[in-house]
Amino acid sequence: MSDVLSDAGSDSNHDDSQEDVMTPAELIAKLEEAWLNEKFSPELLENKSEVVECVMEQLTHMEANLQRVKKGDAKASVHRMEIDRIRFVLSSYLRSRLQKIEKFFPHVLEREKSRGEGEPSLLSPEEFAFAKEYLANTETYLKAVALKRMPPNLQTVDMLKAVPEPCLDSFVFLRVKERQENILVEPETDDQREYVVDLEEGSQHLMRYRTIAPLVSSGAVQLI
Amino acid sequence: MEALYDQNQADVNEAKSEGRAELIPSIKVRHCCLLRDQRCVTAYLYDRLLRIRALRWEYGSVLPANVRFHMCAEENFRMTIVVLSQLQWFSQYKKSLASFMRSLGGGEGLDITQDMKPPKSLYIEVRCLKDHGEFEIDDGTVILLKKNSQVVLGVAWDILSCVCVMSVSLCPQHFLPRWKCEQLIRQGVLEHVVS
Repeated sequence: MSDVLSDAGSDSNHDDSQEDVMTPAELIAKLEEAWLNEKFSPELLENKSEVVECVMEQLTHMEANLQRVKKGDAKASVHRMEIDRIRFVLSSYLRSRLQKIEKFFPHVLEREKSRGEGEPSLLSPEEFAFAKEYLANTETYLKAVALKRMPPNLQTVDMLKAVPEPCLDSFVFLRVKERQENILVEPETDDQREYVVDLEEGSQHLMRYRTIAPLVSSGAVQLI
Repeated sequence: MEALYDQNQADVNEAKSEGRAELIPSIKVRHCCLLRDQRCVTAYLYDRLLRIRALRWEYGSVLPANVRFHMCAEENFRMTIVVLSQLQWFSQYKKSLASFMRSLGGGEGLDITQDMKPPKSLYIEVRCLKDHGEFEIDDGTVILLKKNSQVVLGVAWDILSCVCVMSVSLCPQHFLPRWKCEQLIRQGVLEHVVS
């Protein structure tokens, strides 16, 4: 794949939103990692808007290159398939995020409002606007249809309580990218005890998401 | 709910003014009923919203006539406010989604309601289910989509094009670029022929 992209990407290596410049192949690999993590994680993960923007730029360049290629050339179909595949991964990633935002909208907004200054952002500005509009829209609808006609002390619904939180105890499959030592596994039931595991590089596990959530954000494990 | 509430209010006032503490359990029970009723109503309405949201993802921004009919028909005159609010929620949701999609990638925009399935092949075979008129694809070719037509058109590989041109009159099958057809397939205009 790298040679298909390299002639499209060689003139577009200005991914200067990051310190080190990524090759197109690395960029797509990052997108796929983010996509898989987002698909399999029960909660909304950190937003990767710089990856999204770079990939979109890449797609535009590839489309432009494709227009210049002689029609009927066999390579054009391969390039076209590549563009389709990348676009599918990108759309699927953004769709997963949007679905989680819609499912957990009050919690997502609460987390975003209460995060510290230096912490990375959960939502991109556009996603934040979308989440706020979704909340306002839903509240307006519920008020207009039902809540207005209820007794005075029941005219509001606390969205944080009404909408369920993401289940962080759900089990996920993961592959370890960087060796981790002394990961504490909390007991699930009263008759179990907590224990410590070491995660070897390249090994695959099935664990509760809560245990390895920080490792997913740091990139030490990959959800599969 | 109103009846329960009124009864409760009367009891609360009585309890407060005359100090009749034995009314408090019945007040609590009625309050619990009221809360439960509120939860049930809200849950039902929210579930409807989720189904309406699914319609946007399934059918696109313009709902087909039969779907709109189902959204409105079952409501009788007294429930008009529900219908209007639903439509208003739908149009507001459409707008939010559209402005989000437009803003992707620094203003470039990306339609994420397309590409719902991983691409398996470049071109797919489709059969036309309804008359849809003319349809233009990227290289400028205009196709006439008529009901039950299956006309061989553009092909991925140049070497096969002569074979396909010959078979236009024999077993015509539309071979269209996949990304163009997705929307039409979802709307029911084209049907994917899996041979």
